[in-house]
Amino acid sequence: MRAHRRSVHRRVRVHPFHLPATWLSYHLQVALGSLGRLLHNPWATGMTVAVIAIAIALPASLYALTRNLNLLSESWGQTTAISLFLTPDTDIEQARALAVELRAHRNLDQVTLISPDQALSELGGYDGFSEAITQLEENPLPVVLALQPTPEVRIPEALERLAKEVEALPQADFARLDTRWVRRFQAILNVTQRGVVLLGGALALAVLLVVGNTIRLEIENRRNEIEIMELVGATPAFIRRPFLYTGGWYGLFGGIGAWLLVTLALALIQGPVSRLAALYHTQFPLAGLEATASLTILGGSLGLGLLGSWVSVGRHLSAAQPH
Amino acid sequence: MRGAERLAAIEVNQVIRFEHVTKRYPQHGNALSDLSFELKAGEMAFLTGHSGAGKSTLLRLIGLIERPTRGQVMVNGRNLRHLPTRKIPLHRREVGMIFQDHRLLADRTVFDNVALPLVAAGYRHKEIRRRVRAALDQVGLLGKERTFPVTLSGGEQQRVGIARAVVARPPLILADEPTGNLDPELSREIMGLFERLHRVGITLLIASHDLALIASLPYRTLTLTNGSLVGDTGTR
Ligand SMILES: Nc1ncnc2c1ncn2[C@@H]1O[C@H](COP(=O)(O)OP(=O)(O)OP(=O)(O)O)[C@@H](O)[C@H]1O
Ligand SMILES: [Mg+2]
Repeated sequence: MRAHRRSVHRRVRVHPFHLPATWLSYHLQVALGSLGRLLHNPWATGMTVAVIAIAIALPASLYALTRNLNLLSESWGQTTAISLFLTPDTDIEQARALAVELRAHRNLDQVTLISPDQALSELGGYDGFSEAITQLEENPLPVVLALQPTPEVRIPEALERLAKEVEALPQADFARLDTRWVRRFQAILNVTQRGVVLLGGALALAVLLVVGNTIRLEIENRRNEIEIMELVGATPAFIRRPFLYTGGWYGLFGGIGAWLLVTLALALIQGPVSRLAALYHTQFPLAGLEATASLTILGGSLGLGLLGSWVSVGRHLSAAQPH
Repeated sequence: MRGAERLAAIEVNQVIRFEHVTKRYPQHGNALSDLSFELKAGEMAFLTGHSGAGKSTLLRLIGLIERPTRGQVMVNGRNLRHLPTRKIPLHRREVGMIFQDHRLLADRTVFDNVALPLVAAGYRHKEIRRRVRAALDQVGLLGKERTFPVTLSGGEQQRVGIARAVVARPPLILADEPTGNLDPELSREIMGLFERLHRVGITLLIASHDLALIASLPYRTLTLTNGSLVGDTGTR
């Protein structure tokens, strides 16, 4: 009580945050306060978080999909075999001899001989072909050697060179290196990736609106409290801070939710993809979200949450003006 | 008001100074008209008048919840007209306000309600605990820290509001009907608290209907009628 007399003409202590530790613990306290408030209403909070998570998971999973298709097309590029078509007058025996010879080539892993009969029956398996094939009097197909290069020559230029080399053989008619369609596929993928970016932008805006609107409702619900805080001398920054943290939490939880959704989705389609790959005698383990993509999702979502609440607080919490 | 002027005002010890203050509400007309008075530092005064006389309005002008239509209001040597918006919170921390309708937060405990001004001013945890308990002790509610305002009687809520107003030890306290809901005994107790604050140098302006209580106490009384100052017993 004695302190009162001295305090009469003295300004009330105004800047108590001299120590960084105090400042930090204060912010931690506000952040935890906002978190506690969110957890107090688990259903409402969960709903908002789910909306954010889904909105972010959409472009993120599309991104994961195109990334896997990209990896797939690269692996196709790598496993491309050279189809060496032999001249029509090379018979099967000569072809076998050539195959043995080529197997010794240091740049070739495997050499598979596809006889004209084999090729024809395979073609007959396709709809529409079988009828046409029965019309044929004799098999017009040449012997084909499917060449599987060693990993060292899987770069395009080396492949090209190898193809030229085998094409120069006397028994060879021509060699076909089928990489053009892979390039086309990649061009389509590039377009899709552009689409992912656009979709991401639109859904980022949706997240901003969701967070902004949620914060607006929160502000409306707490008008009375805000007014009282103002009356006892709280600064606008002090009043805004819990709302900003609330937005940050929404963003962070939404981001974590989105990451989990994408990871779960990839895990769920891994089974069917593996079975599909097995049909083609390959393996295709789906790539998950890489570290940078994961951090982008979390950081981006957190940023959107903060930005959404910042905009909302700016619009709906203008400092009360005495009138 | 510049620093030098402010100092001058402090020297003549004016905590509150009204100069020809008029407050006009568009739908209602003048709630206060051409009001001039001063309150010296450390003074305790009552503000009385019929319902609708303008007591709450006058207090709101001092707390800068509203601005006068005409005239000047000086508080703690500051002309409120020239106070920038960003300084309003600092001004309010120097004015402890007790509201006619309590203005408590229903979803916060008594402790948290009383702590609000200290939290807003950024006091440390330990200091907050100490001061809140001291303030609750002063109003006789130390045992109710953990309860919520709705579970309290009107008089108890009023006292929580008083504890909140004094907790940050502001040099000026404005009380709007602080004994409105209290029985005569409790009213006298609260007046005793105000007198203790007065004795340690706090300036108090107390709006009240309770003419009997006011008459029983030896303090200056300002009387409002229809927004005009019609009586001032002067400093006693
Ligand atoms: N925000 C407002 N808008 C319009 N008129 C108002 C407003 N606030 C107060 N008034 C009017 O101004 C006059 C003074 O009101 P005020 O609340 O200051 O009276 P009071 O002396 O505190 O009365 P009471 O003893 O009933 O609390 C009243 O007639 C009231 O109707
Ligand atoms: Mg009133």
